[in-house]
Amino acid sequence: MSDSNLRLDHQIISQWVKPNSRVLDLGCGDGELLKALHQNKQAHGYGVEINSENILRCIENDVNVIEQDIDEGLSNFDDQSFDTVIMSQAIQTMMHPDRVLIDMLRVGQQCIVTFPNFGHWKARWHLAFHGQMPISDLLPYEWYNTPNIHFCTFKDFEHLCTALDIQVLNREVVATKSFGSFMQHIHPNLFGETALYRVCKK
Amino acid sequence: MTKPNATNSSPPAYESASSVGIVTPEVVHFDEPITLANGRILNEYQLVVETYGKLNEKASNAILICHALSGNHHAAGYHSPEDKRPGWWDAYIGPGKPIDTNKFFVVAVNNIGGCSGSTGPTSINPETGKAWGADFPNLRVRDWVHTQARLADKLGIQTWAAVVGGSLGGMQAMRWSLEYPDRVKHCVVIAAAMKLTAQNIAFNQTARQAILSDPNFFDGNYLEKDTIPAHGLSIARMIGHITYLSDDGMGKKFGRELRSGTFEQGVEEPVEFQIESYLRYQGSNFSKSFDANTYVLMTRALDYFDLAREYDDDPAKAFSHAQCKFLVVSFTSDWRFAPERSREIVNALIKADKDVVYAEIESSYGHDAFLIPNQIRYWDLFSNYMQKISVD
Repeated sequence: MSDSNLRLDHQIISQWVKPNSRVLDLGCGDGELLKALHQNKQAHGYGVEINSENILRCIENDVNVIEQDIDEGLSNFDDQSFDTVIMSQAIQTMMHPDRVLIDMLRVGQQCIVTFPNFGHWKARWHLAFHGQMPISDLLPYEWYNTPNIHFCTFKDFEHLCTALDIQVLNREVVATKSFGSFMQHIHPNLFGETALYRVCKK
Repeated sequence: MTKPNATNSSPPAYESASSVGIVTPEVVHFDEPITLANGRILNEYQLVVETYGKLNEKASNAILICHALSGNHHAAGYHSPEDKRPGWWDAYIGPGKPIDTNKFFVVAVNNIGGCSGSTGPTSINPETGKAWGADFPNLRVRDWVHTQARLADKLGIQTWAAVVGGSLGGMQAMRWSLEYPDRVKHCVVIAAAMKLTAQNIAFNQTARQAILSDPNFFDGNYLEKDTIPAHGLSIARMIGHITYLSDDGMGKKFGRELRSGTFEQGVEEPVEFQIESYLRYQGSNFSKSFDANTYVLMTRALDYFDLAREYDDDPAKAFSHAQCKFLVVSFTSDWRFAPERSREIVNALIKADKDVVYAEIESSYGHDAFLIPNQIRYWDLFSNYMQKISVD
């Protein structure tokens, strides 16, 4: 699979991963990203996943997958034992996003975190005018059954980085609609649907 | 061949499309002496073997099945149409099953030291003309691996597509990956550990003491006395059996159901719980079919096993020698070989930068879960992994 066939957020992640590096993908889903990183970057990677269906898909995708609950910590991974630790669209589902982030930086030289931006105008619009938690293609859950328990916006995440002494190396924004893809450059927190951060320890 | 239940519309189990059917064990002789881990030499020995499926032209589709403590070569299918019970892993070996015999050539072997036909304590020692008995050499897991490698040579199998085992079988699979790294493509380790915990060794020791203290044991030379330590062996099996099940599973199956008697006040009648009679039945059956010296020998091999001992006690250093991919599976209610033990294997493999898939199967069957049929997630996972194994 060439980079251009990848999901847009995965394309950006792929650009941030060095060739031949060792990658840990936390909440790796079906393993598509790891598969692409292996094929395009010759990365040797491990996925961590808790969903049994996803684990089956990982096996079909020929990627290493470890069944593990990330909320219980990453103490089984040694300090600085990976070049890159990725958490794509999962940090908002964590019990303690701050602890996970600290653990990720302990395990990896650099970390890549992506999450749905709750500061996106649709979410703001929904809450402001409907008085209800937003439900959209990006956030397709009711408040009571969502796995997303710690939503944040770009600003929130960056505040956390400052508080934890984390250096933001890159920030990218993904918006799928053409209007959004244009406007995201003007006001990312309002028009970016997905946030992508590359961070390291200060 | 006469068909039992000829009037019944459903075919007998041995004729079902998912069974390997009627199988016949073969005896394979080895004349070349083998030096065992404890320094003693077996000048000749034999292995009893069953195979299912067909070896392809390149001999690239062979799977080795390593058995656990009380297992043997009879892993799948039936020995005769009258046979009521299939091999010990019949639920997972056969056409369309996770170890699919349409794809793979499966080799199941009774280890040396066993009592199902391979050279062991009940065999005749050619040097004395008497049964080996207590004089049969102590064995280590690696001895089994070495004899299995010689078997592979005889069968024309240079490389196993996979070496697969549960429990003590999983230990053999891991040892294979280190002793013959270029002869294993995939290593499937189910409900196993890199070494036993003190608690595990304690259970084994208690079971052995039950056997050793049986007045019919005669220091292991009971065959000469024309007797067997049935009582001790039966207790040993009962102890083992309890540890292979989970509290929850045992509760669901037996609870506090009574087999006989009553707790009614004013009635002095002896009470027997279902679990008591079940354990006695299991123990008694086992003592008739299994050799006491073999039980002692196999539990000792378990206790001695320590994957990383020769690698500075560093499991990652040990696994750095492996070249194969790994599947590691554990079961949530297995307290004899708990998921933590499997995670230690996985952590070492990650540290050694080896390919590994790890899954923890939700199950209430305890350590025995790896043998239990109809566990959907276990089946799917095992099947998906085995299907991805290339045999080209």
